[in-house]
Amino acid sequence: MLVLAVALVYALPSVPTVRSTSLGALLPDDEINLGLDLKGGIYLTLGVDVETAVTNTLSQMGQDLRAEARDDEIIILRPRVSGTNQISFVLLKNEQQKQMDQLVEDRFSTLKIASRDPLEHGKVAYVLDLDPEYRTRLEKMTLDQAVKTIRNRIDQFGVAEPDIRTQTGNRIQVQLPGLEDPQRAVQIIGKTAHLEFKMVDEEADAARAVKGVVPPGSELSFLKRRNPDGSYSDQPMVLRQDVVLTGEYITDANTQFDSYGQPYVSLNFNNRGARIFERVTGENIKKRMAIVLDGNIYSAPVIQDKISGGRASISGQFTVEEAHDLAIVLRAGSLPAPVHVMEERSVGPSLGQQSIDKGVFSALFGGAIVLVFMIVYYGFAGVVADIALGFNIVLIMAGLAGFGATLTLPGIAGIILTLGMAVDANVLIFERIREELRRGLSARGAVREGFERATLTILDANVTTLIAAIILYQFGTGPIRGFAVTLTLGIVASMFTAIFVSRIMFDLWLAKRKPGAQLNI
Amino acid sequence: MGLQIIKPNTNFDFIGLRKIAFALSALVILVGLGSLLVKGGPKLGIDFAGGIIVQVKFEENVELQAVKDALDGQEFSGLVVQRFGDASDNEVLLRTAVGKFAPEEVRTRVGIGLDENLPGAGFTVQRLEMVGPKVGADLRGKALEALFYAVLLIAIYISGRFEKRWMTAAIMAGGLAGGMYVLQIMALPLSLLIVAAVFITTGLCWYLKLNYALGAVVALIHDVLITVGIFSLLDKEFDLTIVAALLTIVGYSLNDTIIVFDRIRENLRGKIAETLQGTINVSINQTLSRTLLTSGTTLIVVTSLFLFGGGVIHDFAFALLVGVIVGTYSSIYVASPILLGFKPQIEEEEDDDDQ
Repeated sequence: MLVLAVALVYALPSVPTVRSTSLGALLPDDEINLGLDLKGGIYLTLGVDVETAVTNTLSQMGQDLRAEARDDEIIILRPRVSGTNQISFVLLKNEQQKQMDQLVEDRFSTLKIASRDPLEHGKVAYVLDLDPEYRTRLEKMTLDQAVKTIRNRIDQFGVAEPDIRTQTGNRIQVQLPGLEDPQRAVQIIGKTAHLEFKMVDEEADAARAVKGVVPPGSELSFLKRRNPDGSYSDQPMVLRQDVVLTGEYITDANTQFDSYGQPYVSLNFNNRGARIFERVTGENIKKRMAIVLDGNIYSAPVIQDKISGGRASISGQFTVEEAHDLAIVLRAGSLPAPVHVMEERSVGPSLGQQSIDKGVFSALFGGAIVLVFMIVYYGFAGVVADIALGFNIVLIMAGLAGFGATLTLPGIAGIILTLGMAVDANVLIFERIREELRRGLSARGAVREGFERATLTILDANVTTLIAAIILYQFGTGPIRGFAVTLTLGIVASMFTAIFVSRIMFDLWLAKRKPGAQLNI
Repeated sequence: MGLQIIKPNTNFDFIGLRKIAFALSALVILVGLGSLLVKGGPKLGIDFAGGIIVQVKFEENVELQAVKDALDGQEFSGLVVQRFGDASDNEVLLRTAVGKFAPEEVRTRVGIGLDENLPGAGFTVQRLEMVGPKVGADLRGKALEALFYAVLLIAIYISGRFEKRWMTAAIMAGGLAGGMYVLQIMALPLSLLIVAAVFITTGLCWYLKLNYALGAVVALIHDVLITVGIFSLLDKEFDLTIVAALLTIVGYSLNDTIIVFDRIRENLRGKIAETLQGTINVSINQTLSRTLLTSGTTLIVVTSLFLFGGGVIHDFAFALLVGVIVGTYSSIYVASPILLGFKPQIEEEEDDDDQ
């Protein structure tokens, strides 16, 4: 009776909620989250190259160091990034050593002087270390910035319910459900979109540069041209290394069409960017300025006049889609470091639906045979087991909805597997009751003994599967976790239904039966 | 009463057949291991080995060779073309090495190749998966770790629960963890670590006379080895879902074993038979009906999944199918006879531990 009371306490509150949520789950517009393998979509693991971000920062620091030193009339030569963590440079006059040390200490607190070696002619070679704590912070900032940028881009691209999170090892996991064009999405997400404006080195000879003769302070780059047949060709061009302006000053970017109907991207700079742009264009009239995105030159127009007002445009030979996507990435900001796709899994929506259909069919088919088999084998008790099984499924569905878990294809397999295994608890009890009946116990006595003796065995036996399921959850990725979740829910539900729900039904039968009636088991 | 497949007082002499059973198990395991050796280890799917797969559905039946020829000009490295799922689905699975092309580049090239050379076939790319070498190595590590922890935790649970010797179980866990730590310092490859872990676990069970745990662990290793061997023989690939299936088999196999053990323990207390052999035999016979019924219903649903679940889940269902059959067999013919090998200790310990 105590068990019955406990069961009722457990069962009554859960029944209405169970009913409402799980019926909802069976209807369209359900509450159970479907995994990407069922509803289609794309899963990406992106590796963020934080090393590059650190190197970039160090390189920037080296430039700043030189500029600050120059302001104090200290001359330093060749600030360079060495190794992954150091800046080295040469101080021209050793009598300025004290001043230099002071400057580093006062204005570059994240750098520590590692060594100071005297060279000939009174020069001093400096090596500075990046503070490891700052480095860690820098890496974290890079990762956060990358996540933010990717989120921005995805939002602009328009995907419902994207899931973006950082993982250990400088990785970002991106899940985009129900995507039609994964190819384009990956391109938009993965583009570093590092935009730079550089002046073309008009004195240099591109042909010679291709052979390796590049004037100091300049670099060889390529202008991508689209040929009429759709393929691309590269035109070599020599650029000054100094970056005159970067994409970080961009406030807005849009696709526009010129008078020939060709798409181009128009840019708006913020005040500071506009001022720089105005100055640079004013100083370089009749010269060419190259617009470089991720190392490729998009266009190199000749500056006709000073441009004020902070507007610029990138005209390449874009398709409308390319111009549109470029505007998105420029608007959303550039990634602080290059990212590369380490893992990609994309499932088309039709395959997802097919998986659901097949999963549901095999569940119905297998389930039906089990249900019929139980009734044939155990009679009345079989009906009890079948009802418990029904309850079981309802509980799993409710559990999935209640915990906000995700149903995946292996998850469906987990439910199907539980259909077979859930019967086990009931079988254990029934076999025990049969044994007790054979030993001559009354129906009531046999039921009581059967449940009592089988309960411990049921717990014991299920704990091991639970252990396996929990380990799977711990170590598994997406779809496997779905399996672990349904398996766990299934085991817990089957223990509950066998021990409590079946018990209630037997007790009801015992209470209502005619005196001397046989237990049909 | 309803139907009875196994009559109440059956008395099959399972234990008497143990030598034949051992020989049979050993044979199957050896054949499986031999196949693994010949093939240079298990055949790893892209989850573990890295690679790119593209599942393509055609509107009409196409020859594999035609697909292969159509993609010939696309410079894929190590392209493998297989049929996927049911023949009526008209689906093929393309597999290529990672590194040469980005996954989306692969998608584009597949599209170009098929468009040009099989214009009438009407294809859709159903699924594209790319696992880079680094992620593959991570997943491999995770999978092995998961198997290792499963064996460890289960051994501890059974020792503690069955023999009420949580202390001994804890010592065993400590010993294993210590051993693993030492081995890890020696920087052995993970696969060797797992083998070592299994040996340490069984060795400790044996040394500490944790007989139930030993029987259970040997049985589950037996089940996993046979399943892995059969996979190797049939040239099937291991991926994450297969590891999930293996762990489920571990859980299921133990479930069966524990129920038989439970009955053996109960009958040992009740002094139901003269000899240990007799007690074990009676226990197996008493639980036989339940064992077959549960395995039966589980087999029904797993078979249904195997037949109708679709290509993506096919190998997973197959692993479960093998595992359920082998798991049932092993709890009768492998786990229980091992108890017999340690006859004197069992009875002493039952007396000691039941305080």
